[in-house]
Amino acid sequence: MAERRHLLDIDDLDREGMERILETARSFAEVLRRPIKKVPSLRGRTVANLFYEPSTRTRLSFELAAKSLSADVLNFSASTSSVEKGESLKDTALTLEAMGVDAVVIRHPVAGAPWLLRRWIGATVLNAGDGMHAHPTQALLDLFTMRERLGDLEGKTIAFVGDILHSRVARSGVKACRAMGMEVLLVAPPTLMPPSPMPGVELITSLDEAIPRCDVIYMLRMQKERQQEGRVPSLEEYTRLYQLNVERMAGARPGALVMHPGPMNRGVEITAEVADAPYAAITSQVTAGVAVRMATLFTLLGGAEGGGDAG
Amino acid sequence: MPELLIAGARIVDPFRGADEMADVLVARGRVAQVGKDIPREGREVVEASGLVLSPGFLELHAHLREPGGEDAETLETGLKAALRGGYTAVCCMPNTRPPLDNAAIASSIAARARALGLADLYVVGCVTRGREGRELAEMALMNVCEANVRAFSDDGGAMEDAGVMRLALQYASAFGGLIISHPEDTKLSRGGQINEGEVSTALGLRGIPASAEEVMVARDILLAEETGCRLHLAHLSTARSAAMVREAKARGVRVTAEVTPHHLTLNEKDMKGYDTSFKMNPPLRTAADVAALREALRDGTIDAVATDHAPHRREDKEREFDYAPFGVVGMESAFPVLYLELVESGEVTLMRLLEALTRGPAEVLGLSPQEYGGGVREGARADLVLLDLEEEWTMDATRFASRGRNCPFHGRKVKGRVVYTIKNGRVVHAHEGGRG
Repeated sequence: MAERRHLLDIDDLDREGMERILETARSFAEVLRRPIKKVPSLRGRTVANLFYEPSTRTRLSFELAAKSLSADVLNFSASTSSVEKGESLKDTALTLEAMGVDAVVIRHPVAGAPWLLRRWIGATVLNAGDGMHAHPTQALLDLFTMRERLGDLEGKTIAFVGDILHSRVARSGVKACRAMGMEVLLVAPPTLMPPSPMPGVELITSLDEAIPRCDVIYMLRMQKERQQEGRVPSLEEYTRLYQLNVERMAGARPGALVMHPGPMNRGVEITAEVADAPYAAITSQVTAGVAVRMATLFTLLGGAEGGGDAG
Repeated sequence: MPELLIAGARIVDPFRGADEMADVLVARGRVAQVGKDIPREGREVVEASGLVLSPGFLELHAHLREPGGEDAETLETGLKAALRGGYTAVCCMPNTRPPLDNAAIASSIAARARALGLADLYVVGCVTRGREGRELAEMALMNVCEANVRAFSDDGGAMEDAGVMRLALQYASAFGGLIISHPEDTKLSRGGQINEGEVSTALGLRGIPASAEEVMVARDILLAEETGCRLHLAHLSTARSAAMVREAKARGVRVTAEVTPHHLTLNEKDMKGYDTSFKMNPPLRTAADVAALREALRDGTIDAVATDHAPHRREDKEREFDYAPFGVVGMESAFPVLYLELVESGEVTLMRLLEALTRGPAEVLGLSPQEYGGGVREGARADLVLLDLEEEWTMDATRFASRGRNCPFHGRKVKGRVVYTIKNGRVVHAHEGGRG
């Protein structure tokens, strides 16, 4: 393999590249249904999870994915590490590099941190979420889930609902859905919309208007900080206007899918009845996450063959 | 010291509006003669045919970091950088640690600079005590002390309290002090990293809206108009800011304005891959803003080009984007960047560009010809710069005299070179190999 491959944002992949990963993920999903959920594809390779932001599900998902491929996994989280002693991102990255890790999975609260990493080290860099910017494996697992439930996505309509402004899930999701030929609606109060419209999307402030048009209703987590910042007057008012509940779902198309990247605020952006209903694909998303991350690691690290110079 | 003969230069002097071929004889630190065929015998000769001779540049806005930030820049490295950039005089901003907010510290900085004998230093003092925006600093005492402070600014932060700003304008007018405003409403810019818009949306960085600057420009113009006091607006970055200054000047408001080389030549789309050398405040705006700022420079709405030279330690800039400080260095890249982008492109004349680097800032600061060279003419102090307009080269920040390497023009093709800088009649900077 001539050069290291990375996944920093979803548009590092063209549609074909996405299709290939989704295809690979399908076979790994099958592996995960076996009694022995492990293949030797990445035996002898090391994957470091470098998490600067608290995250349970994404880290566990990456860890399980790497272990299911028989890779060795190092977990590095900011709160328990040398970061607390003031070590810079650069030094942490160079340390992992010097230890010879093959891939670094990074989650960071500041947009662009994975780009710095790519500049500083030779290992494969995989973005597990940077600030408000990008979350490419989430976009891939969402595509995977939608495919499983809806088949071909061309011409289907998805609405992302909620705090679009601060959402890396929405930023990467919009690009992935557009690449698959979907229509994209963004539904939020104007104070939670991005300052500049993303290409090829429609902005709508009313959830009730959006729902009947959708094949997929994708709810985003609403954080309490947004109320403290004054972006909405209260969570109660937000809930009244933007909560997905059974009454609103009555207006949805038959077969419409409800998704959420987790963790959910039950009772805020989504009610328990909706989250647990058969049309909600939220736990399927979690299952898909492991298979898709296996496929991503497998694709980037080039399978069992040695990739590039070992450190 | 032997007399210095600058032979055969094209003199472009914005003070006289002169563009002429002549020899210039320098003696005892002053221009002794301007004329044709001045004899060479017994004189040190600078062969200047093919070069442009201009008055030395005056930097209105530099952060030299002394005291308290010496690992980012010192008076010595900053003033050496100035000479290499063609600047023979520099205004240093007072957002140091501690801030330059009293006569004692202003005098000590001025004395240190004098002892260095590099470029002249004009200390800008704080408007408020501790740069805290509450109580006025002792501006009049700073004015009469040895540093002779004539301009005041809480730059780096804004004057949040309009009442304090209004009092400052009124108080400083008593002794002709100039208030320099850093126009930013921090409630609007809070948390922002780059211009709010298409690029901030795509990169997932928090935006700084144009209005964060514009509401303060509007406010300060209104205060200057109401009080009749003089106001200078630092580093304008948007089309609407320029339009407001243009209208204010037309109504007779005593307002002047500056713009940086980066806001004249770069827009928000020029940053590649979260490069913190493109992180500055105000941020790079849109291509339309750049075009409007160029027009404002051309028509005189903008009085001066000032670099907002802001060196930072590499450790501080080599970080995650949100954690890196704002600011870029500018004095060593200013002329070649501006010459290529503005003059070669035919948008601004060489005379106008040089005016914005010399006479414009001198008038903003209210300097007399005795204090500042005041042009290439007999009797003027010989603070001069020789420019090669033909040389094309690649900007290399690693070779700067400044300690700062945080330059958005690093690696960029430029044209025009500061070949010699002459201060008080002495050649204080000569580009290696003389003419490029």
